[in-house]
Amino acid sequence: MNKQKYQELTKKHSPKENKVKNMIIAFVVGGLIGVLGQLLVDIYINVGSISKDEATSLMMVTLIFLSCLFTAIGFFDNWVAKAGAGLFVPITGFAHATTSSALDYKKEGFVMGIGSNIFKLSGSVILYGVIAAYVFGIIRFVFFGG
Amino acid sequence: MNIKFNNVYVEGVSTVAGPFVIEGPLKGKFDKTFNDFYDGEKTFEQCEIKELVECVKVLLNKTNTNEEDINVALSADLMNQITISNFAFSKLNIPYLGIYNACASMCEGILLASCIIDDEKTKRAIVTTSSHNMTAERQYRNPVEYGAPKPKTSTFTVTGATSIMLTNNKTDIKVTSATIGKVIDMGVMNVFDMGSVMTPSAAYTLNEHLKSTNTTVDDYDLILTGDLGVYGKKIFIDYCKEEYNIKIGDNYDDSATIIYDYQNEDIYAGGSGPSCLPLVVYSDIIPKMKSRELKKVLLIATGALMSPTTCNQKLSIPSVSHAICLEVI
Repeated sequence: MNKQKYQELTKKHSPKENKVKNMIIAFVVGGLIGVLGQLLVDIYINVGSISKDEATSLMMVTLIFLSCLFTAIGFFDNWVAKAGAGLFVPITGFAHATTSSALDYKKEGFVMGIGSNIFKLSGSVILYGVIAAYVFGIIRFVFFGG
Repeated sequence: MNIKFNNVYVEGVSTVAGPFVIEGPLKGKFDKTFNDFYDGEKTFEQCEIKELVECVKVLLNKTNTNEEDINVALSADLMNQITISNFAFSKLNIPYLGIYNACASMCEGILLASCIIDDEKTKRAIVTTSSHNMTAERQYRNPVEYGAPKPKTSTFTVTGATSIMLTNNKTDIKVTSATIGKVIDMGVMNVFDMGSVMTPSAAYTLNEHLKSTNTTVDDYDLILTGDLGVYGKKIFIDYCKEEYNIKIGDNYDDSATIIYDYQNEDIYAGGSGPSCLPLVVYSDIIPKMKSRELKKVLLIATGALMSPTTCNQKLSIPSVSHAICLEVI
């Protein structure tokens, strides 16, 4: 049996992932994260009497904190596995990836363990995020006058 | 390549099983169990080392032997540099050989040990395997607390250690022959689908074994593959028929689909790891052979020779499978 024919055979027996169901779950959970974020912003503006910009930053810090805390306590991975992209695409996913790497390498020391490996999963996001920011910044500066 | 043995018998077996496995269908059949992935140790790796040492001690206890009575130990696990085996045997006073064929290590170990003791120059050998879900996750996949969803074809590495003692003093169960498989690469790149990776090598080894021993699948009470998983099992049945014209019947099963309880646990396509097959065999099949419920059993341990480095370099995953035939005499 050649490789191509074998690929067809394996495809025949491979289970279908339920994409529609996954998308609906991701849509609902992602939306709920958005609602939670908005709720936090409103609370900070009304209760804390601060500006909208400051409240937005504070909301992001809160979501990051909660996601790190829940990862450290140990149940956030089960949530992410069930909710999929709804939880790992927003800022909660970045925090979860970073914290889980840090936890994993904790026993190997602060430098060779946590220091060297904390961005193992999220490093790409930082690197390409920074590069993209430069590229789009230059485009904006050149074509739209900054 | 097929090798026949004249003087190799199973003297004893022992199993140590961890979380998820102990809740599965084989619940209560293990010699020793532990409930959490640390079992009192500081790290997952240290836990795995401890369980392997415990497993050997349980075996020595069960067979009334001492460390000095064992001529050689062959051990395998999934970690880089087979760390777990190396460290475990630093705590045991037994001459040691470290081996690695991923999940095919059980049969590799038994066939090598059988070659060593068959000529009666040496008397006893033990073969041990170990795997731990968390140490495997860390090395091959993602950090253990990272929860990205996995495809349904993923397998869930079993946590446990196993050991078997082989001797050339006659006992009830004989290791009659073994077939050494070839490394086969069918171009599968998906690291979440080890069943598809290993099936062609399992089928090749089965065909070689049947050809060289002049037997058919119906001559065996049970043909048990290692860790092809729920979907791999179906591919295996189809592949054997299409490629080698072997019709697999009801006497076939896969240990990946036996070890876990599908109804209650989220374990995707089943178990995997070098301990998956031996945990099933030593806790369930060997007792059934002792009670003469099963008389002739063919074990095909299947190993996906996966490396995260070569996977990232876009190379496909090779696999190897070895077969062992156990018979009640």
